[in-house]
Amino acid sequence: MNNYLQSVVPVLVERFGLESHEFRDQVNLLVPAPKITEVCLALRDEFTFDVLSGQTAVDYWPKQEPRFHVVYQLYSLSNNVRLGLRVPLDGNAPSISTLEGVYPNANWHEREIWDMFGIRFDGHSDLRRILMPYDWEGHPLRKDYPLGYEEVAFSFNQEEVDQRKPRPKE
Amino acid sequence: MLEKTEVTLDELRHLISNRAIEGETVLLNMGPQHPSTHGVLRLLLELDGEIVVNCIPDIGFLHTGIEKNMEAKTYLKAAVMTDRLDYLNTVGNNLLYCLAIEKLVDLDVPPRAQVIRVLLTELQRIASHLVWLGTHALDLAAMSVFLYCFREREAILDILEMCGGQRMMATYIRPGGLWRDVPAEFDGAVRQFLDSFPARIDEYEDMLTKNPLFIERTRDIGRLSKEDAIRWGITGPILRASGVALDLRKAQPYSGYEQYDFDVPTQTDGDTYARYLVRIEEMRQSLRIVRQALDALPGGPVRTNNPKFVPPPRSELGTSMEAVIHHFKLWTEGFPVPAESVYVAVESPRGELGVHLEGDGGAHPYRIYWRTPSFVNLQVLPLLSKGHLVADLVALIGTIDIVLGDVDR
Repeated sequence: MNNYLQSVVPVLVERFGLESHEFRDQVNLLVPAPKITEVCLALRDEFTFDVLSGQTAVDYWPKQEPRFHVVYQLYSLSNNVRLGLRVPLDGNAPSISTLEGVYPNANWHEREIWDMFGIRFDGHSDLRRILMPYDWEGHPLRKDYPLGYEEVAFSFNQEEVDQRKPRPKE
Repeated sequence: MLEKTEVTLDELRHLISNRAIEGETVLLNMGPQHPSTHGVLRLLLELDGEIVVNCIPDIGFLHTGIEKNMEAKTYLKAAVMTDRLDYLNTVGNNLLYCLAIEKLVDLDVPPRAQVIRVLLTELQRIASHLVWLGTHALDLAAMSVFLYCFREREAILDILEMCGGQRMMATYIRPGGLWRDVPAEFDGAVRQFLDSFPARIDEYEDMLTKNPLFIERTRDIGRLSKEDAIRWGITGPILRASGVALDLRKAQPYSGYEQYDFDVPTQTDGDTYARYLVRIEEMRQSLRIVRQALDALPGGPVRTNNPKFVPPPRSELGTSMEAVIHHFKLWTEGFPVPAESVYVAVESPRGELGVHLEGDGGAHPYRIYWRTPSFVNLQVLPLLSKGHLVADLVALIGTIDIVLGDVDR
């Protein structure tokens, strides 16, 4: 573990009651959902983690409870270290408060997570779908969402297959 | 029930000003089919005369579900999809994906492969900057620069074709090394490029750097302060043009970048002209790295000799039973990866390209998230464009240097 992280992580774990996990020199902190804004504010203002590099989610259905993890990747410019945060979220109408007030670029990241995983961000200023069409149903990166495929057409069933192909709405 | 066919104005109420509702300002669509949006980007503009009041980017037209698709493939087979994300930086995408896997399973890469990886990534960076320079100048009505840039880019693509068999999207970098060694004529081709290219950069600079028309169109356009750039998570040349010398090749070296001697160019103005100067200088620095890499190119294998992760050479298949078994196992089942996650990032021509790769003990990526620089950088377009003319918006899209494949994934 990096020197700076070695001094910071125990402080954070103590103060907010978090769990830390290390793998190949990378540290992830497990943060309970209600504490996320508080922890990020402290990380930004007191511990120099001033950049939100990336934000995503992972779906563990059906193997693990709680179903979702929201993952934050923070970066400290002055100390040149990364820190990951993981927030477990229940699968039943998952929601968590937005980080827009702390890191403004969370806006699009959170829209993407809403679009792909159906996790709501409370207090978000513009929670619309971002990558999928606005009238899309379902959240594609969930594990219970089928991958989809294209049927192979042969000369004997070409018309039949062609009729089943999805088309843009008129 | 009536099917909903359009986004209504009510749903966008919170993004536009009241003046648009009262009819004082005009709402105008720019794109998705528009030559200066560099792909399928749609912008909803609120205009007061010719002045941009609000700009609302609408993305996703090129969304191909690559993250979902990769979850259904084995690690080796998913590698071909990485090229399709940022199609101007295909080698860089391969490199990042391989670095992530190598970190997860703790795989070594032989020194020769490391050097060739760096060499090709830097050539690719130059090629990507050439496309940016050409199209950016073209948007600002400097036609000839475009033709010159694409001429030189072709020389780089020829070198890439020589190595990987294709101009673009060759998936040349594989987990554990490279697909194959570089051919005999590689050295000569790269040296020829190294000799001719510095004069070409001077040529571009002759046409643009002191060109009053170009300066008029770029200076003081889209000024981004250092604080805003950090707050919005901006990386790459845009951040460096605002005065922060962050380059992941220096800050968190990978693939042996710490061995090379190069500078990180910065500017402090943070406007479109400063970003132009930074990228031009970056091409010169990349050339320096390529030259050093070529001179220091060691001999030896280009793939690590670990048959559990790396397919054996084709020549062994006829003589060794183990090789056949490993080949078969790797291409049908793949290799298992521990149930852990890593976040790895490299410096792409556009900024920090990161990947969050998570395994579940099986042979398929459980979750792969691409933190793409274009997606994050595009988010400041509304901030940059406020108060500028519609014509300047074209310069701003060019200066952010987005690749829509990278934005929409």
